[in-house]
Amino acid sequence: MSVIQFRDAIRDAMSEEMRRDKNVFLMGEEVAEYNGAYKASQGMLDEFGPERVYDTPISELGFSGLGVGAAINGLRPIIEYMTFNFSLVAIDQIINSAAKMYAMSAGQYNVPIVFRGPTGNAGQLGAQHSSNFENWFANTPGLKVVVPSNPYDAKGLLKASIRDDDPVIFMESELMYGDKMEVPDSEYLLPIGVAEIKKKGKDVTLISFGKMMKVALEAAEEAAKDDIDVEVIDLRTVRPIDYATVIESVKKTNRCVIVEEANPLAAISSDLAFNIQRHAFDYLDAPVLRVNSMDIPLSYAPTYIEATLPNVKRTMEAIKKVTYKS
Amino acid sequence: MAKKSSTTKAKVKYSKETYTFWYESMLLMRRFEEKAGQLYGQQKIRGFCHLYIGQEACASGAISALTKDDKWITAYRDHAHPLGLGTDPGAVMAELYGKATGASKGKGGSMHIFDKSVNFIGGHGIVGAQIPLGLGIGFAEKYKGTKNLCMCYMGDGAVRQGAFHEALNLAMLYKTPVIFVIENNGYAMGTAVRRSSNVEDLSTLGESYDMPSFAVDAMDVEAVHEAVAEAAERARKGDGPTLLEFRTYRYKGHSMSDPQKYRTREEVEEYKQRDPIEQVKKTIEDNNILTAEEIEEINKKVKKQVEDAVKFAEESPWPDGKAAFEDVYVQEDYPFIME
Repeated sequence: MSVIQFRDAIRDAMSEEMRRDKNVFLMGEEVAEYNGAYKASQGMLDEFGPERVYDTPISELGFSGLGVGAAINGLRPIIEYMTFNFSLVAIDQIINSAAKMYAMSAGQYNVPIVFRGPTGNAGQLGAQHSSNFENWFANTPGLKVVVPSNPYDAKGLLKASIRDDDPVIFMESELMYGDKMEVPDSEYLLPIGVAEIKKKGKDVTLISFGKMMKVALEAAEEAAKDDIDVEVIDLRTVRPIDYATVIESVKKTNRCVIVEEANPLAAISSDLAFNIQRHAFDYLDAPVLRVNSMDIPLSYAPTYIEATLPNVKRTMEAIKKVTYKS
Repeated sequence: MAKKSSTTKAKVKYSKETYTFWYESMLLMRRFEEKAGQLYGQQKIRGFCHLYIGQEACASGAISALTKDDKWITAYRDHAHPLGLGTDPGAVMAELYGKATGASKGKGGSMHIFDKSVNFIGGHGIVGAQIPLGLGIGFAEKYKGTKNLCMCYMGDGAVRQGAFHEALNLAMLYKTPVIFVIENNGYAMGTAVRRSSNVEDLSTLGESYDMPSFAVDAMDVEAVHEAVAEAAERARKGDGPTLLEFRTYRYKGHSMSDPQKYRTREEVEEYKQRDPIEQVKKTIEDNNILTAEEIEEINKKVKKQVEDAVKFAEESPWPDGKAAFEDVYVQEDYPFIME
């Protein structure tokens, strides 16, 4: 076991897969000579050379389409976005080309590609650098959407994503790249579409994913001080969603709170709430509550951020409401 | 102009097989599309349907200049390229009908014909989106160390998309083996080239990226063949991409629902005087490349191919609705949401 940062987990996953399969290559802005805008590809140009690690001009639409074309024609590209906020100028290639190619061609051309980079807020970056599109991509059949919350998961899930024969959106966070964790030295992969119960509990099911897992886990600790025993689920993947783990947990706790960084309308939380009422209706002792970003863009000042993002305080309030302790 | 282009060629430059291929493949495209137009009127073919009539040399002249290992991609005016490449006309017609036996099992329709067996990679419906895809297809050939290239078609409307300019820049940067072809038929749907930009000479659009760029009279299949052969040589030597503006014309509307009020009947008639099939037929006849009997045999063969294609499409079954869940993910047990 070694203690590594989240960014090392990303780099190690990519490097191991590139050593294993010569058809895997990395392309994006600043990934080669600059070693990655967030140093997630540190040293990869030195190891693999410019024929495997490509710097691009600022042309997300162009290089995303290049990646999809290369994937159609036998390669396994990893396309890095400096942030998923910039993927919007390329979203036509993700939705209309990558996600639909296999179906449109009736199974003749699949698209084994990974689009990866950070998502969501990362401090005071203003509205255009702070969006969450996990639910946007999750809405699209043909894609898989992975949102890891820690270095161990990131490494195992990224390796699985690179080997996957379908297009995968892999979403990280600038705020997590420095997170440290003990990770096995030997190779491991984690399956896409399987949630993990991070903490067992009997009173409330608390579901989250990505960097909001920190809020969820901290809220669970807070709740324990009030003798509320919270079960915490990390979805890890938001397409497909591991509904079975969620439903089983809610049937046990009879209460559920969902924490998600995206804006609330048509969010992952909306879909979870639908599925919980559909499949665990008779087990619920309280309405399902959710803690999303408020229904507004994320503005710059710290007070605006405090007023907009999900946090431990709002999560605690929701936990108390569903347990009728507020 | 009509007289000039229909004068006898000074000499016969290509083999009998090549002239035969040009005549036969272009005639097949023409007759197939004429039939598709009729069937659309009878509502046998639904959705959008964009015909290639008048533009046949753009596909046929390129196919004769390349190898079977090269890759092909185009936009939604996509019936003719696979026909020229050797896709069974029945599979294309069945796809237009939406039948289970179609080239894309009825999942694509007119705009999304795919045939991996002839390296025809669609069939794409978002204007200009296929251009970066073609770039990536060529990129993969270079990455794998082959000598193959990607033939990437687009219409004159697509060159106003950002995707075109990003792809051209990247293709030159990475020296990617792609031939970018603008099939300039004069109109992006109903908007004439002159109404979409101050730059009407589309062959100059590659110049800001230092890309070798040429305008080609694409009513002349020999000119198309020559331009593509030269571009292919550059690509296979490792010199990267070429931009070709094929100056062509579509006799029919943009799609089947186009009343064509943006152009005159005289303009259409003028282009018909330079018809690519008539031009190559005249060369064949003037130079005795094929006998009158041989030409008639080809005509009959093509007629039968189209009849057989329609019969095949008519008699083929509709796809089972449940097959819509197939080919969405490679993963066989993907857990679709069912309610």
